Amino acid sequence: MATGTTSPSTETLNSNSLDPSDPLKQLYPAVNEDDTPLPRSWSPKDKFNFIGLSLNNLRVHYKGVGKSHNHKDAASVRATHPIPAACGIYYFEVRIISKGRDGYFRHSYMGIGLSTQGVNMNKLPGWDKYSYGYHGDDGNAFCSSNPGIPYGPTFTTGDVIGCCVNLIDNTCFYTKNGINLGIAFSDLPPNLYPTVGLQTPGEVVEANFGQTPFVFNIEEYMKEWHMKTRMTIERFPVSDRRGEWQQALQRMVSTYLIHHGYCSTAEAFCKATTQPIDEDITSIKHRQRIQKLVLAGRMGEAIELTQQLYPGLLERNPNLLFMLKCRQFVEMVNGSDSEVRGPNSRSPRSQHSSGGTGSSRSSPNLSPAHNLSANASSSAGPHILHYQSQRPGSGSNSPNRAGGKHSRSSTPTSSSSSSHHSQQQHLSDNMHSNEDVKNAANAGSPQSSSDRYAMNGSGSVYIEGEENMDLSDGAVEDGLVTNGNYNPPPPCMNGNSHNLEAGDAEDMDVEGSGKQLCGGNRTAIEKMLQYGRELQSMSQHLRRQFGHSDTNKKAIQDAFSLLAYPDPWNSPVGFQLQSVQREPVCAALNSAILESQGLPKQPPLKLAIAQATQCMKLMAKSGIGACAFASVADYLH
Amino acid sequence: MKMMECDEESPFDIILSPEQDRWLQATTQVKRLVIGSNRQKADAVQHGILPRLLEWLIDESVPQELRTEAAVVLGSLAWGTEENIQHLVNAGAVPVLLRGLSNTSLAHVEACLRCLRTVFMAPNPPVNLIYQDATIIPHLLNIISRTAQTKEAIANILANCCTCLEHQNTLCKTGAISALAPLLTDGTLYKIQMPVLKCFAAMCYQNPDVCAAVASATFNGVSVPQLIGKLQCRDKTSEMQMASAKCLTFLHRGGAISAKDRIIVLETLPTLVRMCKKDRTLDENVEGAETLSYLIQEDQELQKITSVCDHSMKALAEYLTYTDIQQLDSRQTQKKAVNWGNALRTAAFQAFAAIGANDEEIRKKIIAIDNLIESVVAGMNSDDLKVQVAACRCLHSLSRSVQQIRTTFQDHAVWKPLVKLMQSHSDDVLKIASSTMCNLLLDFSPSKEDILECGAIDILTKLCAKEDEPPLRLNGVWGLMNLAFNSEQKVKMEIVEKLGSELLFVLLSERDPEILMRTLGLLRNLLSKKQHIDNIMMTHGTQVLQAIKCILEADYHSADIKEQTLCVVANIADGPQARMSILRNDGVMKQMIACMQAYGQSNLQIASLYGILNFINGEDADSFERFRILREKGVYNLLQKLMHSKNPHVYERAKHALNQFPST
Repeated sequence: MATGTTSPSTETLNSNSLDPSDPLKQLYPAVNEDDTPLPRSWSPKDKFNFIGLSLNNLRVHYKGVGKSHNHKDAASVRATHPIPAACGIYYFEVRIISKGRDGYFRHSYMGIGLSTQGVNMNKLPGWDKYSYGYHGDDGNAFCSSNPGIPYGPTFTTGDVIGCCVNLIDNTCFYTKNGINLGIAFSDLPPNLYPTVGLQTPGEVVEANFGQTPFVFNIEEYMKEWHMKTRMTIERFPVSDRRGEWQQALQRMVSTYLIHHGYCSTAEAFCKATTQPIDEDITSIKHRQRIQKLVLAGRMGEAIELTQQLYPGLLERNPNLLFMLKCRQFVEMVNGSDSEVRGPNSRSPRSQHSSGGTGSSRSSPNLSPAHNLSANASSSAGPHILHYQSQRPGSGSNSPNRAGGKHSRSSTPTSSSSSSHHSQQQHLSDNMHSNEDVKNAANAGSPQSSSDRYAMNGSGSVYIEGEENMDLSDGAVEDGLVTNGNYNPPPPCMNGNSHNLEAGDAEDMDVEGSGKQLCGGNRTAIEKMLQYGRELQSMSQHLRRQFGHSDTNKKAIQDAFSLLAYPDPWNSPVGFQLQSVQREPVCAALNSAILESQGLPKQPPLKLAIAQATQCMKLMAKSGIGACAFASVADYLH
Repeated sequence: MKMMECDEESPFDIILSPEQDRWLQATTQVKRLVIGSNRQKADAVQHGILPRLLEWLIDESVPQELRTEAAVVLGSLAWGTEENIQHLVNAGAVPVLLRGLSNTSLAHVEACLRCLRTVFMAPNPPVNLIYQDATIIPHLLNIISRTAQTKEAIANILANCCTCLEHQNTLCKTGAISALAPLLTDGTLYKIQMPVLKCFAAMCYQNPDVCAAVASATFNGVSVPQLIGKLQCRDKTSEMQMASAKCLTFLHRGGAISAKDRIIVLETLPTLVRMCKKDRTLDENVEGAETLSYLIQEDQELQKITSVCDHSMKALAEYLTYTDIQQLDSRQTQKKAVNWGNALRTAAFQAFAAIGANDEEIRKKIIAIDNLIESVVAGMNSDDLKVQVAACRCLHSLSRSVQQIRTTFQDHAVWKPLVKLMQSHSDDVLKIASSTMCNLLLDFSPSKEDILECGAIDILTKLCAKEDEPPLRLNGVWGLMNLAFNSEQKVKMEIVEKLGSELLFVLLSERDPEILMRTLGLLRNLLSKKQHIDNIMMTHGTQVLQAIKCILEADYHSADIKEQTLCVVANIADGPQARMSILRNDGVMKQMIACMQAYGQSNLQIASLYGILNFINGEDADSFERFRILREKGVYNLLQKLMHSKNPHVYERAKHALNQFPST
């Protein structure tokens, strides 16, 4: 993607969802363990020598002599890492395996709590500055070297003591056998380590840092703070007496629509909200056409059209051109670039849009929100549908919808390629083919349209229930329909002008369907190899002229690596062939065009999201725990 | 001109006119007129259209559309003031609307339900009308799941129509549990879940049978208590957490969920403690503390947990410092002023009473709360009856501590307000105050003398005479028993005198084992020193012996009571004069001898042997006579038989008694 700021957030999310079996990751989803690892055991280094560890460093026993029966016998151990602020709410439990021998003194001192790095380990937690503890013998709470104050009940063998740090309001409370004992400490400093201290022989405790279920229901407590944080955000007072706030929001929406070329939606929205459109409508349409070509994998045509519409743009951006060309090479391997598909398949759509019936507007089907949210589903996918509401018989939408739903669940290829990316891919360039066929059929024969209507009952009901239906006006012939339907085209083509469109169905790159290099065309392979040589020389040329570029080098290497495998689609570099990989290219080209027109290369909405995401990261770094429950992704649906 | 027309053509007039074809239009006009305006609603009622609308509802020849519209107008009118609702009820709308629920048109049914819901959610709803016809409840449950509207309306109606044991059982038998359980699940609307929770609470309250049925019911494999428990999650609204916790509290107290169950200890209890925190509304504070008290009242472990849970005692202590007196109830739609200071104090006293009921350590913590005992004394002196009762309950709970009675209670002269409360006309106050007084009259209580001087004997004997209030009689006797323990002759004589032979006989004829036990205890305490025994037996001997004979003869009394009675006999046998009256009483002697032979029940044997030993003891003039009677009655032979007893206590006593007998 063109913006460098949003992608790291995606990585964070992805890296956290890598191992769903790790309960700690699920407990603290906002923590990026690459930056701030979670405490997972006691530290074999950060302890007093009277402390012994066992059972993966979770069990602690006292191995001193404990003869003097005074405070000199005390020994503590800290966890391996401090508690990351991004936990929001942090919790660990300690089970008292044995309270030790009672000996001369009835008490067996045992302290459970927190301390910062560097606090003396020859003391129980709570006896020093920046050290906090709840002691078993008297139930007192010790806060930073102050004398103990009565806090909770005493504890002994068999009890489970929990310690919860609230990093939002910097307080701490303990639990005993699952019962919250109330706040013990407030105004806690940052970077505290879970700590336990023992003092007499025979004392054994065992920690649970979240690897196994807790006795106390911490998720419930987290839920409450999740809700509180959400309320704080949602009820944040915005004084908007002059309507500036609302205007800013509307501006965000309109600029977003324009940026991505949702042309007619943008027009309608701007009209309704009296927003200005900074860009010429023709210019938006131009970008739209180029984006569509890129997303369809027709790089050659896209480059051509760009050079035609924006002369000099690519010459000024050789790296961009190189990127496009690398992509073109990949598409050639894929068999989707027009260079390898023969003259028949050339640019039917641009013909349509230029041949215009007056309302010929469609939108590119890039889904910009796609990478931002891990749970972005197909509903965040392309939003292009044909617009028929002004025509009689608009019910013809519903069969498509129904068909789309059906095929998603029943087509075997669909279920086998369960990954979000592949679905996106199908959405972005495959569906429209046979949808177009269907629409054509509808348009060509009003009778069949009404038949479909009848088959599905009330079409309007379906339209109402349609979540991802985004209407843009345009003739049926122009309509790009994306409802996730990538059934093989119906056998009957109805013999109409859309034969060429039907040809699109050939480039359905369904995984594992035995695809061949360059569509299996020998001439095409030669063309591709020739093109590769040209690309190679361009790369060398660029290096001579502008010096070494890692990005370019990697791009060409990756692209060429495809040829090293007999089945590039199932090779380690095969991901390049996924159509979702067209999106960054598309976004880069779109941004470059906008920049060349003196327009912002990113829509303000994206900027705002990026800023918010960055803000969350800064909060995590600065120890502001609320970031745990204010995930930006929660707000991106 | 237009105005004129309006005046002539008032829609109310049209409705009352015979112009059938204009009715519908006029009704719709009225509907629009009254929306959102209480004045217009009252006006419409004043015009007398209610009977007409109800007439249409009944008349099946009237077009359906008009009938439904009439129901809608009725529903709108009900939304007005309570007065409007009263008019509706008086006009007989409820039975008519209930009949309307059988209509085939769903819109019509919904309109009727909306109106009924509003009527039943008002204060003092005409609950009995729902139960008058046995088909109504089944029909309501039958149609409840039709639409969101029917669910919400019927859940609300049922929640407000379950006010007594009979209602609870009727609802339960009619299948309310299985009809309502699905409405607890996740997908259900909040405004439906809330009345459903309230309905479950109303059904379960103090009804073990319904509780057991609810606890064993399931929906989609999940038990109903679990479904209810999910609604007390911390991301639900306070109101919903509270409602859910209340249901579970009632289920626990109804015996359906154990106090050890996770859902009670780790979920319901902490939820209720949370409701007592400052960040909740005042009514949640009050309701939370009251429900918490009820939850833990009977279980020592729950009381212990509450005392350490999330600083609950600190939160409750803050209730006592609340000074803003008047504030509107934030939840009730009817804006009535509530004295929050009193409500909070009441709730806190109740909670402390419950938490400290069984544990001396906890009681110490309660007493240590700043100004606690001062607040209790002030509460007992309050004008508010509820505060008086709650404060006294708290004092009662604390009075189970010997240490507190000896120290704090005396320091603060808590007996003063207590004696004052004993003059109350409220039985609720009297019950708890007299219970407390019993504890303060214990032998080691320094307040005993003070209370005695204030006329304790008068107060307590009056309680003993309360025929229709067994708990008060019990406390009266109990108090006297404590008072008589180890006391001087003067006090004993005063007790006997004030009580009188007749009342004493009545108490001894008591069938209630608790009261009878205490009465016998009182007698034992009274008949404790030789001189005292003779004096009392001289005046009341006849009645006492008569009563004793009855008790021993009766087959309905437990062995404990008989044992206690034999102890009274033994006490009397210690009186130098009085013992002869027993020896000469054939009836009593016969029973004693029978008890000596009660081989299965050694406690009865021991108690009667204790009496025999008292007969034998003493070297005064009539000892020969005593031995003669005992021999004559066969006691001597019996004692010899008891020498074979395997029970060492029986054997020892029998041996000891035999040794005393002079050889013949």
